[in-house]
Amino acid sequence: MKTSFIMNASARYVLWACVLLSLFVLLRGHNEPGGGFIGGLIGALGFVFHALARGAGATRAVLRLQPLTWAGIGLLFGILAGLPALLLFGEPFLTQQWLGATPIGTTVLFDLGVYLVVLGFALAFVLPFMEA
Amino acid sequence: MNWILALIPCLALLAVPAVALGLRARPALAPALALLPATLFGLILLLPLGATFRLDWMPAFGIGFGFRLDGLSQLMALLITGIGAGIFLFSGSYMTSYPKQHRFMAVLTLFMAAMLGAVLADDLIVLFIFWELTSLASFMLIGFEAHKPAARRAAQQGLLVTVSGGLAMLAGILLLGSAAGTFTISEILANRAVLATHAFTPWIIVLVAMGCFAKSAQWPLHMWLPNAMAAPTPVSAYLHSATMVKLGVYLLARLNPAFQEWALWQGLLTGAGTLTMLTGAVLALRERDLKRKLAWSTVVALGTLVTLIGLEEPLAATAAVVFLLVHALYKASLFLVAGILDKKAGTRDALMLRGLGRHMPLTAIAALLAALSMAGAPGFIGYMAKDLLFTVQLGVPGLLPLVALLVNAAMVVVAGVVAVRPFFGKPMEMERQAKDPGFTMLAAPLTLAILGLVFGLAPALISVNLVEPAAAAILGEPTGVALGDKQATEIVYYLSLVVLGLGVIAFLAWTRLQPRLAAQTWLDDYGPDAAYGRILRGVSVISGAVTRRVQTGSLRFYIGASVVLMFGGTLVLLVAGGGLGLPSADPLPLPHQAVLVGLVIAGAVAACRLQMLFAQVMAAAVVGFGVGILFLTLGAADLAFTQFTVETIAIVLLVAILARLPFRELDARRREEHRRDGAIAIGAGVVGFLTLLAVLSVPFDTQMPDWMGAAAWPEAKGRNVVNVILVDFRALDTLGEIAVLLIAALAATVLLRRARGK
Repeated sequence: MKTSFIMNASARYVLWACVLLSLFVLLRGHNEPGGGFIGGLIGALGFVFHALARGAGATRAVLRLQPLTWAGIGLLFGILAGLPALLLFGEPFLTQQWLGATPIGTTVLFDLGVYLVVLGFALAFVLPFMEA
Repeated sequence: MNWILALIPCLALLAVPAVALGLRARPALAPALALLPATLFGLILLLPLGATFRLDWMPAFGIGFGFRLDGLSQLMALLITGIGAGIFLFSGSYMTSYPKQHRFMAVLTLFMAAMLGAVLADDLIVLFIFWELTSLASFMLIGFEAHKPAARRAAQQGLLVTVSGGLAMLAGILLLGSAAGTFTISEILANRAVLATHAFTPWIIVLVAMGCFAKSAQWPLHMWLPNAMAAPTPVSAYLHSATMVKLGVYLLARLNPAFQEWALWQGLLTGAGTLTMLTGAVLALRERDLKRKLAWSTVVALGTLVTLIGLEEPLAATAAVVFLLVHALYKASLFLVAGILDKKAGTRDALMLRGLGRHMPLTAIAALLAALSMAGAPGFIGYMAKDLLFTVQLGVPGLLPLVALLVNAAMVVVAGVVAVRPFFGKPMEMERQAKDPGFTMLAAPLTLAILGLVFGLAPALISVNLVEPAAAAILGEPTGVALGDKQATEIVYYLSLVVLGLGVIAFLAWTRLQPRLAAQTWLDDYGPDAAYGRILRGVSVISGAVTRRVQTGSLRFYIGASVVLMFGGTLVLLVAGGGLGLPSADPLPLPHQAVLVGLVIAGAVAACRLQMLFAQVMAAAVVGFGVGILFLTLGAADLAFTQFTVETIAIVLLVAILARLPFRELDARRREEHRRDGAIAIGAGVVGFLTLLAVLSVPFDTQMPDWMGAAAWPEAKGRNVVNVILVDFRALDTLGEIAVLLIAALAATVLLRRARGK
């Protein structure tokens, strides 16, 4: 398919802008609308745009790992976030823990896991279509 | 010290990946792996009887990682690790010709870990998990040579039979747990008085027995065991004679103190056991393949054990324990001999194998010693077992004594055919002269066979330390029987001589007897194995017919059927449940909301009326974004945010696909099809609307949202309640959801890859 020069040139910037925005949305999610799910979708949007402009092969190169691998890493993060409670504090699995009085805790890791799974899931569906 | 108990299965489990990776790099190290079971064997000997270990797992349900070593589990654990050491040593050499030896040894290690976990578990749920793990390991090992169709069928059959039995058992376990108020086995047995009168008990007995019968190959579920001989020989020796098939017997014995007074328990066990013995004996005589012949005799042994547990006579517990031990020793040894013969002489056909003794003297000695123990020759531990067996079985009224005599005579024949006949007579013709294998392959069969003689000559070695504690665990109280005491009366002594003589005569006539039995093809045509095949074919015919009706390949049909089912079902429930209603207070939309609603309606109408696909996508987008903005005006910011993002991705994706895929014609539907689809769409919309009204007419309970709103900041340090619910309050649900996403993505990747490959 023919792609426009503008799309081709802007693809990189749109991609990284989307990724930055998605990370912002991911992190603000605890207090304002946002979170891992929406963040992951926005991130996926950036990659889809990139793939439209430059082809799925180029996007896969940017991703480095397979989308499924990213999703797997995400699921691993989700499980890992639940382990400190179980192993260190004798509480049920997935009882979230915090670093002292700060709002930083295992929830960040958990939400990052959700983010990666959603991102990987969306791209695992979309990228093969763009290659077909 | 007690933590060592939990360490034993864990150590074996942790070794699995190390074995797989280590042996792939250095296959020559395989025989050294025998050190693992040998070490575990030593650890078990170190532990005192009665050692317990417990770690809470799901305290709310009373489920924990409970482990306990008593006489019965000690006997089983020693058999698993002791025979395991021999099998690992044997496999190290035997399996070198197989390309995936490292995988084989890793699964064998996994199996050992699962077995140890199952027999050491003091919690029914933990026991069940390890139990199923042994089924999985057995599946992988039977199907190890997956290129052979027979191996694949046998693996599937073994798995289906044992896992279906396992499902019944799980139901039984859950009932047992709720009846006894605990899943801890030692507590259940201590408070067994509760079960004596409980209404659940008959159900528990039947369901648990089903699981144990499937695992321990009781009639009519026995057919999977001979077929499992498709596995490499070490597997047959280890899983399918010495250990795994005894797991069902083990659990029956374990729970026997709780149920032994129930007539149902006694009848079920003795009935199934006796039928199993008889079936196994007849089919063992009929078989020519050494391994399958041994498998049928294992079926006989399992039937004998189940019968013994079902008998009320206290001496039966001691008989069961001694016979379990004896059988494990001689049967594992004979299987390994069969494996050596198969490898060295190139056949397992009992009619062909002749005169090998001269060139394989050590193999012949192992075989003869094991066979003498099996036949119950004086001086061997097998004699003691037979003595106990006859004393117990002859005291029972009914057909059992007769069956027991015939079956034992048949076992003498099997011992003769498998272990005597191949080594004597005129030497068979073969391309290369068969010779004794090396130390690693001879060590196990020789040691196991010699132990049968050692224990027979000096029963004191095992009487107090091994047999009595195990028998006491089966009985629920001390037995007061010392091994080596003369149990038998004169009549039992003469009867056992008669059986031996009968067996020897039948053995001499076997070459003439076997073809006649083999001619009875109705045994195959109407047996449980044929029934299994018919059931499996029936299932695939039915599912094929259903699939052809449901999976028409038309996307329009799928969507139509799904929508009709979903909304039709909702309507039925709504009307039948009396849920129809109108909200009492109905705030009218604000002016800007009314405008948005108008926009959404216009978008929907446009999507239906427009002719161009691209324009239709845009019109549908108007609907999506309009709904998103509507969410925003109603204060559902998160929902709106998600709606926008999903909508954007959907449009980008649809446009990308539309631009690449060639669409023939836009809409080929006929007029009446249009009407039908329109009716479905409008119907679905109306039902959705009615549902919303019904939901709004119910007063809204604010307790949960109030609590969550109040707790979000102090408990979870977040102000966005929606996100706090997702990542904290209901994090386990979210974990489940992202796992589902991942599975869906996995499936989609496989499907898309296959579609592209075509």
